[in-house]
Amino acid sequence: MTASVDRAESAGSADVTRSSAFGGPGGIAQRMLRHPALGPLGALLLAVLVFSLTTSTFADVDNFSLVVQQTLVVATLALGQTLVILTAGIDLANAAIMVLGTMLLARVAGGDSPLVALVAAFAVCTLIGAVSGALVTRVKLPPFIVTLGLLTVVTAIARLYSTGTSWPVSHPLLTGLGKGSYLFGQFYVTPGMLLMLGMFVGVWYLLAHTAWGKHVYAVGDDPEAARLTGIHVDRTLFSVYVLAGLIYAVAAWQALGRIPNADPNAFQNGNLDSITAVVIGGTSLFGGRGGVWGTLIGAFIVAVLRSGLTQAGIDSLYQDIATGALVIASVALDQWARRRSL
Amino acid sequence: MSPAAQPGAGAGSGPGAGAGVGPGAGAAGSAVVPVMEARGLVKRYGRVTALAGADFELQPGEILAVIGDNGAGKSTLIKALSGALVPDEGEILLDGTPVRFHSPLDARRMGIETVYQTLAVAPAMDIASNLFLGREQRRSGVLGSVFRMLDHQAMRRAAQAQLDSLGVATVQSITQVVETLSGGQRQAVAVSRAAMFGRKLVIMDEPTAALGVKESGQVLDLIRSIRDRGLPVILISHNMPHVFEVADRIHVHRLGRRAAVVRPSDHRMSEVVALMTGALRLDENGELVDAEGHHHPDLEDMD
Repeated sequence: MTASVDRAESAGSADVTRSSAFGGPGGIAQRMLRHPALGPLGALLLAVLVFSLTTSTFADVDNFSLVVQQTLVVATLALGQTLVILTAGIDLANAAIMVLGTMLLARVAGGDSPLVALVAAFAVCTLIGAVSGALVTRVKLPPFIVTLGLLTVVTAIARLYSTGTSWPVSHPLLTGLGKGSYLFGQFYVTPGMLLMLGMFVGVWYLLAHTAWGKHVYAVGDDPEAARLTGIHVDRTLFSVYVLAGLIYAVAAWQALGRIPNADPNAFQNGNLDSITAVVIGGTSLFGGRGGVWGTLIGAFIVAVLRSGLTQAGIDSLYQDIATGALVIASVALDQWARRRSL
Repeated sequence: MSPAAQPGAGAGSGPGAGAGVGPGAGAAGSAVVPVMEARGLVKRYGRVTALAGADFELQPGEILAVIGDNGAGKSTLIKALSGALVPDEGEILLDGTPVRFHSPLDARRMGIETVYQTLAVAPAMDIASNLFLGREQRRSGVLGSVFRMLDHQAMRRAAQAQLDSLGVATVQSITQVVETLSGGQRQAVAVSRAAMFGRKLVIMDEPTAALGVKESGQVLDLIRSIRDRGLPVILISHNMPHVFEVADRIHVHRLGRRAAVVRPSDHRMSEVVALMTGALRLDENGELVDAEGHHHPDLEDMD
């Protein structure tokens, strides 16, 4: 018995030495992995500060409100994308699903039935999410391939359904998310903003405080380990794609609130923009790490960069360069932190 | 321990040995109902027979090591016992009652926990989350039933109590992420989880294979403390010194069936290795004989 206690103690001291090294709990890499949203938050605050100091028009309540409104759709798409990426997947079809959703909202509502249109759009977007989930879990195809195929198919369907033109939407139920009122005199608050915030809180709650959320992280972290601990891996994955589809339907609703016109050619880079927001927000493309607040911050970083650089009179192509560099830097940082901790 | 364990006359084999080797010898161990028993397990993969009528017996409160050369069918046996595969023939009994496992979950529901060689831990999650992974506890009341809210605090408390009771003192915090732990600490997390939820027995697959000397020692201590709590352990290991250090009995698997069950106190390591490779075998009286049937001098003769 004494011998075993001695052994435990000596091994313990060896472990302490190990963990005080770079990769230990106190290390920078560890802190980054545990709180993946902290870095992006710092970057966002820094960007806001720099643009506020260097331009006269950026630090303006109206401008802030505009930035938020411009971010709504991509942030909502990125919320669904976050769920998929947390499971080590990727969703290339999210914006296409959303665009089909806007077409449904516009055309079904043409017969003066906006409520039916809403139900139809939500049902179809969720159904396409279920198709993605079924192809990933039943046919065992990589999410990249599944959603690449669906991107092409859904885009074509949306264009066929649109008959090649865009469809204006006028019913207040369908455009109402963009109709807000001024708070404190100048800050324009829309129902869409509150809805987006509510959805982020909702998904955060699911991820952080329910068993389902734990399982989403575990499936993305190590699917085999998740399976061996009794988690229904396929069921969890499927539910993620279904919930993402539902969120894309909300994004469609948001989009009509912003611009009351269903355009089959809109948001062609929406999928990549949403991935950008997720990645800049510190969620790992390898799955199992990250969260929704990082994504929200990531979406705002992109929007603030665009707005700030525009105010500073810098060409939009340079904005693309800045965004692209930020994506690469974010993933490089994630990789570095993971290597350090292993 | 039990009188049957000391048959005298230099037979030197435990109760299980007789059951596996000679017909009619099963009566020796019948005083105690085995926690787990398998009879005549057969598993074929095409033309390969991985299990050729394998028997198995785990007694209450013991550490039973399962050893065997590569390809002896050891891992197929363990998979059958843990529910990872369904044998073609034969039966498995738990506390004397026949059971059928169709998946590892079936086995787990009946109180059999397995510590896999890969550990099955989620590296990016903390220790407490890993202990309760797939078995999360919800809060009581409306928060739990309607809002499905997890009781993080209760799970952390229970996880801490579990590590403390098993003497795993080296981790700094229960909220430490598993990937920051050393190999031995990760193993300790996986073992603690099995001990926490195992009601009947714990199966451990090569728990010391990837560990250094000190950490192996810690894990062996852990295995002992699980046994001392009354939970029997099946230990699969290639490491003879470790097997001899902790095992109460050793099940030697060879050519798809049980070749012998011996007590480490009765035999030298080289003899057990010889049983494993087939250079020696146990005869009807439980005595070591070589391929020609000549008696092998055992420990008592050496003294």
